[in-house]
Amino acid sequence: MKVENIVLISIGYFETNLLEKVLHEVEHEFMVPVRIKEGHLDLSEYYNPARNQYDANKLLKEIDATFALDQDKTLGIFDVDLFIPILTYIFGQAFLNGRSGIASLYRLRNERYGIKSDEKIFVDRIRKEIIHELGHSFGLIHCSNPTCVMRSSTYVEDIDQKNHHFCNTCKAELMKHETTGK
Amino acid sequence: MAKKISILIVDDEESVRDSLFNWFIEDGYHVECAEDARKALTLLESEEFDIILADIKMPGMDGLEMLKRIKALRKDSIVIMMTAFATVDTAVQALKDGAFDYVTKPFDPDDLSHLIRNASKQITLSEENEILKVKVISLENVEDLIGSSEAMKNVLHQIESVAQSNASVIITGESGTGKELVARAIHANSSRKFFPLVSVHCGALSESLLESELFGHEKGAFTGAVYNRKGRFEMADSGTIFLDEIATISQKMQVELLRVLESKKFVRVGGNKEIASDFRVICATNRDLKTMVEKGLFREDLFYRLNVVNINVPPLRERIDDIPLLVEYFIKKYCTSMNRPLITIEPAALKRLEEFSFPGNIRELENMIERAIVVGNGKKISLKDLPLGREVVNPTFESLDDLEKHHISQILSKYDWNISATAKALKIDRVTLYNKIKKYDLKPAGK
Repeated sequence: MKVENIVLISIGYFETNLLEKVLHEVEHEFMVPVRIKEGHLDLSEYYNPARNQYDANKLLKEIDATFALDQDKTLGIFDVDLFIPILTYIFGQAFLNGRSGIASLYRLRNERYGIKSDEKIFVDRIRKEIIHELGHSFGLIHCSNPTCVMRSSTYVEDIDQKNHHFCNTCKAELMKHETTGK
Repeated sequence: MAKKISILIVDDEESVRDSLFNWFIEDGYHVECAEDARKALTLLESEEFDIILADIKMPGMDGLEMLKRIKALRKDSIVIMMTAFATVDTAVQALKDGAFDYVTKPFDPDDLSHLIRNASKQITLSEENEILKVKVISLENVEDLIGSSEAMKNVLHQIESVAQSNASVIITGESGTGKELVARAIHANSSRKFFPLVSVHCGALSESLLESELFGHEKGAFTGAVYNRKGRFEMADSGTIFLDEIATISQKMQVELLRVLESKKFVRVGGNKEIASDFRVICATNRDLKTMVEKGLFREDLFYRLNVVNINVPPLRERIDDIPLLVEYFIKKYCTSMNRPLITIEPAALKRLEEFSFPGNIRELENMIERAIVVGNGKKISLKDLPLGREVVNPTFESLDDLEKHHISQILSKYDWNISATAKALKIDRVTLYNKIKKYDLKPAGK
């Protein structure tokens, strides 16, 4: 099925114009129109007091069930600290070759690591994280090319090392997905 | 193309299974999950996983018990144990029982990726090691294919032309002519040379053993099947399988073999999963398969499937010109392996070897030279070091008279036609000897 839209849904309290700053590059990478929406969820249901974090598995399922449509790729964007049971934290996750994903801005800010705030770096990291998770929803797996946006990132420094473009191999896989839907 | 690593996740918590599944699938691994040890073990009986990631604390059978059972099923499995409650005792126990590593939940994302990367590297290295071992063996033995005679040049030319194709080959020739060496030479010169050459001596195995050897078996398929075992067809994936003494296989195995050759798929004994393998088949026999087909002893369809190319290795008596080269080669081979200085062979001894009929072909010559080096004086191989007396049982003598004539003639030559000495050696009187000489019209050489 051809993807009609990419839908970025901001959930929680953060500047919505942040997403407008990355819209153009996301559209350019996927060649699919991008729409920005606001969504409302009671995040307390996903809060784990023992870990002081939010359950990313439950949030991903909720985004998929409530907001996602078959013809679109939908990405829920949060500003809370996400975890999955086996890992101490994650930046985001998506259903591989599915219709939805999630990403968090929480660990992308410099000030989280005691470094001076830098809006440009912050927006750059958001752009890469959004394109990365959407890439998974288009069926792309992690790439070993150090500059490809699909390179796996554990720390923000890893995100800074790569750029927001797909390498030629991932681009070819993406084209295949757009043609065959697989 | 690199093989996709497969991972089995065993954990009673659904959220843990889902998280690990998503995490690994994004890394491009093939992932499956089981909610308890029992289901994991059932899955492992029918499917192979490169890495098993298992929780220690699970209801029913715990992870440590499961680890022991996995190791009993497949001792080279890579099992990584995980737990939310790390204690030194359990960690040490898991490692003692053969776990690859031990991690505490939740992990740092980097630790997890690192762990799996290390395990994957171990798998790749082990596989490469196996392939290289086989490769070294096969390339070493190609050097044993010695000969400059026309007959041997013809065989080498055939090997060269057939090696690059994927065609099935039947190598025919008498016992001891070096059919397996020809198979190794074909494999070593083919595009499959970096993958295994797997040999099966069909004549040495009973029907049921051969079936298990070729197709492999699942644990419990029969008494003594305590492990899952890969069959030779599976081991020969991307490489070559060499079926020696193919004429000895039963009618039932001929049917099975034909089916596998046509589909390149098979099922292990006691299993239900179809396994695919990409192999080239080379067979050898010292019997006339075509006559066997005519007599109904060998399936015609299998014969034509196997006999795409036929290479006939000539017996040693038809390539006498190669004997000096072969003798020199075997002297060098055995002197080196016995750590002795290189020796030579007396011209008379070499001449006698060239005259010998060698019913056992090159194998017989090789054994003869090895024995001569062991029993000889360490300087030169002489006539007395060679057990050529056995030529009297040369099968070309059909009647007792022929045999007697040949033997008397030999003893006369040995004693330079001294009648008394010859009669004494033969333990007959001189008159009888004269009568025999007259009867067989024997004359001294040159007269």
